[in-house]
Amino acid sequence: MGRYFGKRIGQAVIVLFLISLFTYLLTYLMPGDPVYAMLGGDITQEQYDIAYEQMNLGAPVWLRYLTWLGGFLTGDWGNSFKYSQPVTELIVRRLPVTMYLGIWSILISTVAGIVLGVVCGTHRGKAADSFVITLANLGAVMPAFWLAILGMYVFSLKLGWLPTHGFQMPTEGLAASIKMSILPVAALSVGSIGSTTRQMRSSMLDVIRQDYIRTARAKGLKESRVIWGHALRNAVLPVVTLTGMSFRTIVAGAVSIEQVFNIAGMGSLLINSILSKDVAVVQACIMIIAVVVVISNLVVDVCYGIVDPRIRIE
Amino acid sequence: MKSFFKTLFKRKIVVMAALFVLLFIITAILAPMMTPYDPYVGDFGDILAKPSMQHWLGTDEAGRDVLTRIFYGARTSLVIGVISVLISAVIGVLLGLISAYYGGIINVIISRIIDVLMALPSLMLALALGMVFGRGTLSLMIILGVSTIPTYTRIMSAQVLSIKNQDYILAEKVVGAENKRILFSHILPNCFSPILVVLTTNIGGTILAESSLSFLGMGINPPMASWGAMVSAGCSKILINPVYGIAPGICVCLLVYGFNVLGDGLRDVLDPRLRGSI
Repeated sequence: MGRYFGKRIGQAVIVLFLISLFTYLLTYLMPGDPVYAMLGGDITQEQYDIAYEQMNLGAPVWLRYLTWLGGFLTGDWGNSFKYSQPVTELIVRRLPVTMYLGIWSILISTVAGIVLGVVCGTHRGKAADSFVITLANLGAVMPAFWLAILGMYVFSLKLGWLPTHGFQMPTEGLAASIKMSILPVAALSVGSIGSTTRQMRSSMLDVIRQDYIRTARAKGLKESRVIWGHALRNAVLPVVTLTGMSFRTIVAGAVSIEQVFNIAGMGSLLINSILSKDVAVVQACIMIIAVVVVISNLVVDVCYGIVDPRIRIE
Repeated sequence: MKSFFKTLFKRKIVVMAALFVLLFIITAILAPMMTPYDPYVGDFGDILAKPSMQHWLGTDEAGRDVLTRIFYGARTSLVIGVISVLISAVIGVLLGLISAYYGGIINVIISRIIDVLMALPSLMLALALGMVFGRGTLSLMIILGVSTIPTYTRIMSAQVLSIKNQDYILAEKVVGAENKRILFSHILPNCFSPILVVLTTNIGGTILAESSLSFLGMGINPPMASWGAMVSAGCSKILINPVYGIAPGICVCLLVYGFNVLGDGLRDVLDPRLRGSI
């Protein structure tokens, strides 16, 4: 038990270390002179030299990497030259927005996907199954940004029910916050609902053929109890592992959806800083998102290990 | 071969999916013959026109025919989708083969690289790599390819591990075959079907990713036509001509749906055991 968790945590630490290496190398390999990229071409030689000195560009790469890593670990993430403020402040303001929308989207898509998947799995081949699975397949292929624009066109511009852009936390006004969250959360969730439904359906189809389900039916249990009590418990496990991976999909979706609705979250911060080559912000964004993804995977794996002892033997 | 297609097309939905894909492939090849308009040169006297008999889906902000741009967009999507998937399949399959066959330190190194690729959201990875490789069709293909490498590597490793201890591989070793021969003449052909299934599905995923990148302005360079970039441009003109922003998105859905269902169909025929696992 302890060994399994120790091994998983060790792996997570190694992956994070490699990601930090990858992130640093990536920004190091970026074409162009970092000083000109930061200050523009319109500077004197003296200004260039001062900046060069400040950015410590004379030191060897590995030393600069270690300095950066040390800074990152101690909470000194450098300054954004585009927003001219510490990166930490930017991220502290923006991460909660993306997390808030993302967690709602994960909750909604997991619950909806599991329920729809069970309905499909228990009505295999019937009209309900074909209908739901066709919708799920379509949902899984719709580009999130397109869905967001379609939703905005119908519900904001034509019907005028929802705001076209912006975001507020619930603490700043509950009604407005809910109205502003509906479209982004919906656009983020549709794809995950589709893929969770597909997974849950096939998992359910596997479980429902097992002997213990036949036993449960044979001893006269109500069908609803057989499905929701016995089958669901076993079928849901592989689907829950996917929840950890959903964070990846959410972040990817957040990048374009935050652009559509003009929401100041991590996604729009990442894309804007990449477009303006704001290196410190890009590095911090990649690291933070990687940490969130790795930790959520770790938590899911550990929970899985507790619930299902078979996993730990691996 | 005949019975293969017969089983594959037994389900109507797979036939439909194959037709979607075929339709888009034909459109991509015959694009210049299907429209009287030039995809790059517009008529500035007729910008943002509503759908009419001359321009079935209207015109864009440079007066170019939207439908023509959609035809050429099919070309972009398919070429980028297919080539980047091939790039990633070759790299992913090789990494998987080597890591699972040799095991040991090689396996550890490759597995950790794969872990890194899996921990980063693919779109974010593509955006980050875009900073280094710059913009352009070739670099876009590589960038999109890198993010799907893990799927192939993991499937290959699983397959190799289940095959490499079987008797016929042992027999081959006893006869004195080199590793290279065992890997490429025996193990690789055995893994053909799952790879084909994943490849088909991944084309859809890559087309989706390309449209997202182009939507964000990090994809192909204008004036080349891309469905994602068209949605992005049409988004701000949605009150003038809603069709301009919405129609290219429908094309993305149909084409990706086609590849996904085709992939599912192939899986059911080639390797039913994989149902649910990929």
